Amino acid sequence: MRDKLFHIILLVVSMFVPLVCGGIIYSLVTDAYMAFEHFGLVNFLTSTDWSYTPGNEQYGALPFITGTLLTTLLALLFCIPFSMPVSLFVGEYFKGTKLAATLSTVVDLLAGIPSIIYGIWGFFTLRPIIMALNISPQGSSILTASLVLAIMIVPYASSLSAEFIKMVPNDLKESAYSLGATHAEVVRKVVFPVAGSGIFSSYILAIGRALGETMTVTMLIGNTNHMPHSIVSTGNSMASVIANQFGEADGLRLSALIAIGLVLFVITALVNGVGKLLIKRARID
Amino acid sequence: MKMTLLKKMLVAVAVSATITACSNGAVSSISGAGATFPLPFYNAVFGEYALQTGIEVAYGGIGSGGGVRSLRDGVVNFAGSDACLSDEEMQQMPEVVHIPSCMGAVVLAYNIPGVETLHLSGQVIAEIYQGIITKWNDAKLLALNPGVNLPDKNIVPVFRTDGSGTTYVFTDFLSKASPSWQAKMGTGKSVNFEVGIAAKGNPGVANSVSQTPYTIGYVGSEYAFAKKIPYANVQNARGQMVEPTLQAISLAASCQIPQSTCVSITYSDVPNSYPISCFTWMLVYKEQNYAGRLENQAQANVQLLQYMLSDQAQTIAQEMNYAPLPKEVIELSRKNIQTLTYNGMPVSVN
Repeated sequence: MRDKLFHIILLVVSMFVPLVCGGIIYSLVTDAYMAFEHFGLVNFLTSTDWSYTPGNEQYGALPFITGTLLTTLLALLFCIPFSMPVSLFVGEYFKGTKLAATLSTVVDLLAGIPSIIYGIWGFFTLRPIIMALNISPQGSSILTASLVLAIMIVPYASSLSAEFIKMVPNDLKESAYSLGATHAEVVRKVVFPVAGSGIFSSYILAIGRALGETMTVTMLIGNTNHMPHSIVSTGNSMASVIANQFGEADGLRLSALIAIGLVLFVITALVNGVGKLLIKRARID
Repeated sequence: MKMTLLKKMLVAVAVSATITACSNGAVSSISGAGATFPLPFYNAVFGEYALQTGIEVAYGGIGSGGGVRSLRDGVVNFAGSDACLSDEEMQQMPEVVHIPSCMGAVVLAYNIPGVETLHLSGQVIAEIYQGIITKWNDAKLLALNPGVNLPDKNIVPVFRTDGSGTTYVFTDFLSKASPSWQAKMGTGKSVNFEVGIAAKGNPGVANSVSQTPYTIGYVGSEYAFAKKIPYANVQNARGQMVEPTLQAISLAASCQIPQSTCVSITYSDVPNSYPISCFTWMLVYKEQNYAGRLENQAQANVQLLQYMLSDQAQTIAQEMNYAPLPKEVIELSRKNIQTLTYNGMPVSVN
């Protein structure tokens, strides 16, 4: 009897989470419907106009989709040279040593820092450097936001990759050594091919993190609503435009912001789905 | 066994719900939401109000738009807004009364190393924000600032990315002072800025300006005064260059104001008034019986509004760097509070 009761409580409580998730999707779709109906789905996704003129409001999501994808892609590029050595250091070269444990703790600590702190650091420290180097006259740009994002996603990419690198079977590596391979050759010819899909998936999860980052990006990207023409120009990302504008938005504009939220939700869900799928495959191998 | 536990839980829920519903003795709280512009003032004045009366006023700074939405949904007792309701908004809601609580202004903060005073006119500000004037040593700026050593550097204008009452007041002023602004940009809580960089909130704009040389940005006066950011003197409708002071801001409303108090006081004709001044309002329903509100809640609401017009509240406003309401406006608003009703009868406050 008691067992059955526990069973039922468990069922009810765990059903609650999917219910909330379903509720979020439902309200996103219903609230975004007005914008999709008014502009048309394709036009909404491809239009670059974002204009508040009363009576002729134009809301297109392309500048923000571009901003999000650009910052994420650049962050990924900047993150690889730092996260890859860390994961090799922790997972292969200094595997199991105190030094590796300390390093991975410090890197994991980065993941625990609230994003507003990265934003403040970027605003007061990195931005003046960008200005001093004459890269961008006012320092706020897609590049500035990407650089800080890159640091933020290093722990996500490196700690999971390190786990996959650790999982590479020793007998494989030893057989390579017995054939006279150097350590670097083992890493290149054995570790990377075996742990490859696992490493790839950990970067996908890092992308998922970068896609939705709001506060840091808002503080550094410049928040202008037109298409960025280069990586040093100002722009806006999907998450930051929502954070910036929903407070005073109403009617069609509110619906357009919610529609952007829905698009972001779908992109993030897809990216995370792909990552999870790859991890599953990597485990089976 | 299962049933008894569920029953117990249900009973507990039901009992707590009844307790909440029955507590219709003294009102212990008033809720409001809206504009962030008066937030520091409201925090201070509502803190003092709670000390004196024991009534907690919870005010959420969620933006004017959010405040109006909350009032429309009947979830708050009052909304804070930096702009009066538009005709369209008024049609969607029962009759709303606007009670101004204090005054503020928008100042132009700038960052030009070595320059300590700056004079601007509405037309020049409009051209800077439209990208027509691009250099600090433009002839038009030099003409307004004789003897000031303005550098040969590009101007970076900073604007608000979030929809904002500050933007509304700023663009309302520019629309009046500059025909070209009115024709191309217009007035609004968000307008389509084409040049410059954007930042969120007054702190965002203020920080962007103070951290970036050769920028100019528009910031709420209460924020600029508190943070002691350098700001420009602006030419008013009488052609005078006026420094934004609390007196100069209050002067902007020392003229004929309609009974509703819903009027733009930017570019005021009053001598020595600062031209980018504004009211901030508390919006309440004229009929206070809505969303199941009890009469004592309506009375508490009226008492709070009356307190906001008192000398004490207006003094707190000045301490928090807001300009006090002129006497005429306080008189008008007292009359407006008297028009509030509960079930069609005037709300009696003893």
